[in-house]
This record gives sequence, C-alpha cells and structure tokens, in this order.
Amino acid sequence: MIATWTKALLLITFTIVPPSTLLASDSTKAIEIATERKKRDLGWESSEASVTMLLRNAQGQEAKRALSIKSLEIDGDGDKALTVFDSPRDVKGTAFLSFSHALEPDEQWIYLPALKRVKRISSRNKSGPFVGSEFAFEDMTSYEVEKFSYEYIGEEEVNGEECFVIKQVPQYEYSGYTSQKVWIDKSHYRVQKIEFYDKKETLLKVLHLKDYQLYEDKFWRPMRSEMRNVQTRKSTYLITEKIDFNTELSDGDFDKNRLKRAR
Amino acid sequence: MKKGWVCCALFVASNSYADIEISGVVGLEQRYFLQDALYENQERSYSSAFLMPELYSEWNGGTDTLVVKPFYRIDQHDNERTHGDIREFQWAHYADSWETRVGIGKVFWGQTESLHLVDIINQTDTVEQVDGEAKLGQPMVNFNYFSDFGMFSIYAMPYFRERTFQGENGRLRPPIAIGEALYESDDEERNMDVAIRWQSSIDDWEVGFSVFSGTTREPELVTVLSADGEPEILPFYAQIEQVGVDLLKVSGAWLFKLESIYRSGQTENFAALVTGFEYTKQGVFGSRYGLGFLAEYQFDEREDNFFAVGQNDLMAGLRVMVNDIAETEMLFGFVQDLEEQGTYSGFIEASSRLTSNWSWKLNGYFFSSDDIEDPYYFLRRDDHVQFSLEYYF
Repeated sequence: MIATWTKALLLITFTIVPPSTLLASDSTKAIEIATERKKRDLGWESSEASVTMLLRNAQGQEAKRALSIKSLEIDGDGDKALTVFDSPRDVKGTAFLSFSHALEPDEQWIYLPALKRVKRISSRNKSGPFVGSEFAFEDMTSYEVEKFSYEYIGEEEVNGEECFVIKQVPQYEYSGYTSQKVWIDKSHYRVQKIEFYDKKETLLKVLHLKDYQLYEDKFWRPMRSEMRNVQTRKSTYLITEKIDFNTELSDGDFDKNRLKRAR
Repeated sequence: MKKGWVCCALFVASNSYADIEISGVVGLEQRYFLQDALYENQERSYSSAFLMPELYSEWNGGTDTLVVKPFYRIDQHDNERTHGDIREFQWAHYADSWETRVGIGKVFWGQTESLHLVDIINQTDTVEQVDGEAKLGQPMVNFNYFSDFGMFSIYAMPYFRERTFQGENGRLRPPIAIGEALYESDDEERNMDVAIRWQSSIDDWEVGFSVFSGTTREPELVTVLSADGEPEILPFYAQIEQVGVDLLKVSGAWLFKLESIYRSGQTENFAALVTGFEYTKQGVFGSRYGLGFLAEYQFDEREDNFFAVGQNDLMAGLRVMVNDIAETEMLFGFVQDLEEQGTYSGFIEASSRLTSNWSWKLNGYFFSSDDIEDPYYFLRRDDHVQFSLEYYF
C-alpha cells in the first residue's frame, strides 16, 4: 500500500511539478518567437539611414547629434555598421565601425578625422554609453537569436498592438544587463518595447519603438526609438529622418582602412 | 607642385555642379606660465587666436573629392608661433580596390599614445601644441591598394617641411631660439622622400609595417658660432632610412600596444621602442563614469638627442570619461625617467562641449629636471596651463 502510495505521489509530483520541463516548454515558445522575429527581418541586405539623436538630461538640457548609419547584413553572422557623425561640428566626420557577432566579441574601430587616426577599440565596453546617450554600445548592435536565452512570460497590449512578452538574458560576456523584457507584436513580430534590468536586477531603462514603416514590402523599421533611463530620468530619442534599402553598399564600404573616406 | 594646384582649382571651377561645403573652427587661447621665465625676452602670459576653415567638394558621385584646409594662428608675443600652414589641399580619387591622394595632406601611422615613433610622414608643428600632435601639411602623391591581405600604401614626397620652433619671445625653447635649417641633402627641402606601408587587421590584431627613406622629420641640434662670434643652435636634417613596426592586440577590456623603429643615417644608428597597455572600464562603482588606465614604457638607444626624451621612461595615465551630454573627457598623465629620479613630466588634457558649436579645452603641462644634460632641464620653468574656447561651424 505504502509503496503504491509513494509511487502515486511520486508520479503526481512529477506530473504536476515538472519545473525543468515547464521551463523548457516556456523557453521553446520564447525561442520560437525570437526566431520568427529574426526570420522576418532576413534578406534586407543593406541600408543607409539619416538619423537624429536627441539627448535630454533630468534638468531638461538638450543636445542633438546628426548621424548617418550604413548597415550591411552578413549571412550567418552579426551585421556590419558604419556610423558617421555630421554634428556636433567638433566631431564632424568621426566614424564608428562595428562588426557585431552573436557570441564572439564584436570588432570595433573609431576614426578621428582631426588626427586622421583609426583606433581599434575594446568591445568589452558594451555597457558604456554611446556618445553620451542613454543607448549603450550593446543596444546599438544587431539582434541575433543566439545572443540571449529566453523565457516566455505572457501576453500584453502595447502601443495598441497585441504582444508576446518574453524575457531574454544576455549570453554574451560583459553585458550591463541581467535581463531584458521584450514586447513583440503578434501581427508582424516587431519589437514594441524593451525593459532593461541592471546588475542589481532593478529596472534601468525603457525603450519604446514607434511609428513603424514598411520598406521593400517586407521590412519594418521604427522611425522613433525612445529610450528613457528611469533611474536618472535622462532620455535619448533616435529619430530616423530617411532610410534607403536600395544601396550599393558592399563589404569594401565597411573596411577600417577606408574609414578616411567616410563623410 | 604649383602647376598641380592650378589644375586642381581649374578642374573644380570648370565643374559648375560641384557644391562647396564650408566648415571649420575658430578659437581663442590663453597660455599662462606658472613660473618666471628662465631666459630673456620671455613672458608669463600669451594670448592667441586661430582660424582653420575647411572647404570640401566632391564630384563624379563622390569618387573624387577635394579638401582645402588652411590654418593661421596669431600669437601675442611669439612671432614664430604667429604662423600659417596649408594643413590640407588634396584631391582624392576613390575606386573599389584602390585610391590616390595628390596634394598636401596628413597621414597617421601607429598605435601607442605617449609617443608616436612610427608616424613619420608629417612634420610636427611644435609651436602649435606641446604634445606634438599638431602636424604640418605634407605635399605628397599617395597610392593605396586594398586587398584581402590588408592595405598597401606608397608615398612620394617631393617637398620637405621644416619643424616649427618657438621664437626669441616664446617659452618652451632652449636658452637661445633655434635658427635656420641645415640639410644633408644637396637638394635641401626639395629632396624626394619615399615611404611604403602595409597595414592589416588580423582577428584580434592590428599590424603595421613601414619603411621610410629621405629627410628625417626629427632634426639633431647643432651649436655653431655665427660670423659675429655669437653661438647659434641650428636644426640639422640628415638623410635617413627608417623601418617601423606597430602592433595592437585586443584582449577583452585590454589593448596591448607596441611601436618600434630602427633608424640609420643620423649621428648614431639606433633602435627605439614604446610598448604598453590601455585598460578601460565603464560604469565604475555603479556610476556612469568610464575609466581608462594607460601605461607605456619608452626606450631609445640615443644618449644625447634633444628630442629623444623617452630613453628609459615610464608613462602612466588615467582617462576619465564622464559620458555626459557634453562628452566631457579628462586625461591625466605622468612620465618618469627611470634613470634620473629628478626628471619627470606631467600633463592634464580636459575637454567638453558647451553647445553643439562651442567647446572648451583645458590643458596643463609640467616639466622637471635637475639633470643639466636632459632636454627638460631647459624647460624646467615652463610649466603652464592653457585654456581655449573654440567655435566649430
């Protein structure tokens, strides 16, 4: 009797509380969503965008940066990106070249036009602010599924869109975050919102992606990315003024030896 | 050379579609020396103003560009620091796997921070900045080829630029102002200098190798007696051969750097080396600040060259990145001579932005030496701070 009881109990315990399997199915669903998000954004090849960056601190002090961003999709790897500053004027012509990778460290170079110097920079500083903004270097690199582990949280409506909510934990080294909570809409698998949690696991920043536009009948791009730091009350808006997918960009345009040409 | 410019100018003028983009910087600077001058005719305080506009034009869909960048500074006392230069006047043509640059331009080679041993194309504009980072425009014909194995470059330089030196009324000089240039080459400044370079990124490495043949950029100082029996210090520019290698390795938050040269043709053949690291940490103590720690060891075989200060020295530096809207940055550095305890120098370089057009810079340089043979001995009373306010347009 007792033996069967125990057996039954064990059986019940295993069927009712299978923590590992529950997590597995949760993460499977979340991975499916993440994979679909990435899949829907494959094949854009290259793009060239004019972007305004608007920075605001808690005292309401504002600053603007004008930049152009050239991006190149790389099959089976992270993207290549070349960011060139047009303003503020003292950094005009400064170019930032980045090869992002899923789990390997990114490769980064900066070109300083006044010195005509190309400097390799350590990509370890992923958590460092990008040009004094609320965007960290790691927020600016391309999204790859393998960069995170996933957990399905539930569903919620954001910006009038029904969204999946998933938690993603960075798997690459030296991230400034313990986790990110991501809202991905059901209609097109576009990211609508991200919450970033710091090393103390408290909410650090909230990113809202707005005004999505469809390009080439396939690729959605947000025209506004609004990042708010809830701890410091500083914010940075990235506003896409123009984006073009019919570029003739090739690997050669993303060569550190050719950064001097950037303008 | 002149004919080339006229052709260039005509070419642009004849192309009515070429838009000319004008940008640049204008600034005021105040230098203040902390101690009384060591030599006659020197002052405590120097005001100056400078202007550096840049004209840019491109045509043929951006495959041809022209940059014209003149520079002029007016100094209150030092008539040698009141000087002008054509920093750039260069036509560039870009193709997929190669490019040419013809005219006056600037090139930077190397990886280290405290010394630039390998960097040899451009002459240093000494009067402009104490740290040696300001360079004079170099006339050249340059061809670069891009391959899967890196970039190959060749330079032909038909005209030599003499190093600038402080005048009689300037600080930061030997007891008497440095005089007219002497050359080894019979062609003097018209000697044809040539250089080749290969540089490549190989995984975590940045690698460069270069060879230079021609007039040395770094003169040797010779003391002579003038016709009326007065001593004079003159810069002598020998013909040299120099090979250089520069390396950088990225390893996590660490950058390991090395530059080394071997030069022959001057009074003594010699090797020199600078090597060290930079370690960067963002978000220190949970703040927004970033810190960079730098250390570099400098070695030079030469015993008695006025410009070879890094004979057996150690530089330690701290970079502070405030990471604010104004992108405020500070760099503190200290260089200790490992052989003469009393010989050291220090510097502070800070900068920030006021608006998107206005910036300020605050620099301080401090020298100490009780070794009468050391170059810093001449500068031991030339500690100074300088503040500049700059408008970028």
